[in-house]
Amino acid sequence: MKILIIGATSAIAIATARLYAERRDHLFLIARNAERLSDLAADLRVRGAQSVACKALNLDEVGAHAAVIAEAEAFLQHIDVALIAHGVLPDQTASATDYKHALNSITTNGLSVISLLTELAKRMQAQRSGTIAVITSVAGMRGRQPNYVYGAAKAMVSTYLQGLRGRLHEFNVHVVDIRPGLVDSPMTAQFPKGLLWSRPEVVANKIVNSVARKQHTVYAPGYWRWILLFVIAIPEALFKRMKF
Amino acid sequence: MELSGWGRFPVVSAEFVEPLDFSSLQMLLASSDPSAKLVPRGAGLSYGDSALAARVIGSRFMDNFSAIDETARTIRCGSGVSLRQLLRLCMPRGWFLPVVPGTANVSVGGAIAADVHGKNHHLDGSFCDHVLDLTLLLANGELIRCSKTSNPELFQATCGGMGLTGIIIEATLQLREVPGVFIQRRSLLAHSLRECFELFEVNSASSYSVAWLDCLARGKQQGRSVLYLGEHVDVSNKRPSQHPTRGWLTVPFDLPASLLNSYSLNLFNSAYFQAKRYAPKSDTVNSTSYFFPLDGIAHWNRLYGQRGFLQYQCLIPDDGAFEAISAILHKVSRAGKGSFLSVLKKMGAANSNLLSFPGPGYTLALDFKFEPGLFALLEELDAVVLAYGGRLYLAKDARMSEAVFKAGYPQWEKFVTLKQKIDPHGLFASQQSDRVGLTQAVR
Ligand SMILES: Cc1cc2nc3c(=O)[nH]c(=O)nc-3n(C[C@H](O)[C@H](O)[C@H](O)COP(=O)(O)OP(=O)(O)OC[C@H]3O[C@@H](n4cnc5c(N)ncnc54)[C@H](O)[C@@H]3O)c2cc1C
Ligand SMILES: NC(=O)c1ccc[n+]([C@@H]2O[C@H](COP(=O)([O-])OP(=O)(O)OC[C@H]3O[C@@H](n4cnc5c(N)ncnc54)[C@H](OP(=O)(O)O)[C@@H]3O)[C@@H](O)[C@H]2O)c1
Repeated sequence: MKILIIGATSAIAIATARLYAERRDHLFLIARNAERLSDLAADLRVRGAQSVACKALNLDEVGAHAAVIAEAEAFLQHIDVALIAHGVLPDQTASATDYKHALNSITTNGLSVISLLTELAKRMQAQRSGTIAVITSVAGMRGRQPNYVYGAAKAMVSTYLQGLRGRLHEFNVHVVDIRPGLVDSPMTAQFPKGLLWSRPEVVANKIVNSVARKQHTVYAPGYWRWILLFVIAIPEALFKRMKF
Repeated sequence: MELSGWGRFPVVSAEFVEPLDFSSLQMLLASSDPSAKLVPRGAGLSYGDSALAARVIGSRFMDNFSAIDETARTIRCGSGVSLRQLLRLCMPRGWFLPVVPGTANVSVGGAIAADVHGKNHHLDGSFCDHVLDLTLLLANGELIRCSKTSNPELFQATCGGMGLTGIIIEATLQLREVPGVFIQRRSLLAHSLRECFELFEVNSASSYSVAWLDCLARGKQQGRSVLYLGEHVDVSNKRPSQHPTRGWLTVPFDLPASLLNSYSLNLFNSAYFQAKRYAPKSDTVNSTSYFFPLDGIAHWNRLYGQRGFLQYQCLIPDDGAFEAISAILHKVSRAGKGSFLSVLKKMGAANSNLLSFPGPGYTLALDFKFEPGLFALLEELDAVVLAYGGRLYLAKDARMSEAVFKAGYPQWEKFVTLKQKIDPHGLFASQQSDRVGLTQAVR
């Protein structure tokens, strides 16, 4: 298969890329750190990838998206799977008080993803096949005090994906929304870890499986579906007093 | 952040960083205060305080493979790669690691730093005997390549050097072709320690050998055990599971330590031994279940309760090994302390690494839950070990004294001299190295 991974140096994306490499797939990787990108490309070749190419790009530069997707398509010929994984966890206090700060993180987590989806949708529609998978978050399902700026951007992407899924359906293009819970990755290095935390490899397995099975919205691990069912059921009058 | 080893004793509060790439690691080293000690850490599976210090650098994200040579059967990879990941690459090719410890979750860096041994030490030596070269980041920020032939002194100090010479970045490993990834296992029952020793001697040509021992059996039954022998076999009609998987069972929380007492341990040990009487004497098993039986149960260290546990692993030279081990078992069973996992193994020749644990003789490993009075018992065991010219394994240790360490590792002075040359400010130091006098506790 031909796999495009955007935000390829994220811990979850690395684990996912390795699973595809073991299946002897072809990969095109996009991320902003050139050193880590080329180390990862070598790693994937050793693990079995038939071919790997990569491109360093700061994804906030939305103007460059069309060209980079074109480059990926030229290398892969056909895109079977496109995974969008990049994201940032902004400092909530800073982004709640400083609009610029909020805008930066919403650009990375929300707008840049929508720009990429716009380009990908065009090409996938033309090739009349393929799967688009995007990592959003359970944080997008209800605005919580400690991370609602992050959550708002993720919610924007999830809502966008719902509509896009409908639009691309008739073109045989599938859209998967992956919503991880708590993942022990560089993004969350500063948090103490407990029972509910998962390793990136667990989420990666879920991504590969849900793409293969053409699922729509998946929680990673699956028990987050039930946790969120509970979180969403909490009456607002109570929820607004909760600090978690 | 609270950190501990696999035994969960001791626990220290440390600054823990896991660099994402080599440049950030170098920057971290360059910008760090040279007087604040630092130690590298792999998977954190050493039992005690080998990978604990005020500042700890984790290799979790240094886990890329960089090259594979299909004809020479070598792999070059980052020090954070786990043996499990290596096996995932090797097993489908019909290759295997020449040396594996009892868990596949250890990192390559940790396996080199402790120069780990496996069930085939008597024939194949230890992990570092199959390391072709490694790159090491020194305290001064210099990246240096070393092997048995280039910078051999540094290589001999780093292999088994417990992270005190610098941070291992990458290593090239020699893999070997095996007839198959299944293991033909033979189980031999020994009704006494003497019988167990004899079985080890008689079966010294067997590729893999290790004995599980009932550490609480007394009198004539002292040392009753099951010796497991193994050979790689080709079982073409069976599909091996090529991807060793992680825990399918998990211990979700700490069990009350009181569940482990002399009664329950006695019961377990006797039942295990009795069950083995009727178990098949020869069977074919998946190599992962043969080598890593406990990896199927995630967090099994929680069985020992919140206060954690210690493993006591000693090596006794051949001469006197029987007497020493029988004296140790006597003390342990008299105290009624002990464990599920008492393991005895005959070891082979030593290599030239300065602080490597293995050498000719017998090694005995015993688990003890942490409880008052334990240290007094372990000090009694230390006296036996020293009296017979033995040593304790640093990778399992959380409490040995400077005197016990120095008596067991006669090359410690050579190590310290070299360390002073490459790390004059003593940047790399662990809680353990301070305790055993390899580094200076207060400067
Ligand atoms: C269930 C179980 C079974 C075991 N069986 C065996 C066995 O059969 N034989 C055996 O020999 N051992 C065995 N061990 C011990 C284990 O193999 C060693 O403790 C090994 O060092 C652990 O590797 P790690 O990656 O977890 O390293 P850690 O525990 O994180 O660190 C161990 C040491 O290695 C150093 N280190 C780690 N990474 C680096 C690096 N990148 N550069 C420099 N130094 C580094 C650390 O500073 C520390 O001193 C077992 C442990 C467990 C939990
Ligand atoms: N970790 C969790 O608990 C969790 C939970 C739910 C959802 N998620 C989502 O999962 C995805 C993957 O995160 P992760 O957990 O794997 O964390 P991660 O390893 O920190 O990955 C985040 C990645 O995004 C990249 N990135 C950020 N801004 C970028 C930009 N402007 N241009 C290019 N790349 C950029 C980062 O690149 P650099 O390394 O170069 O900075 C990094 O590789 C994210 O979308 C995250 O929101 C994570």
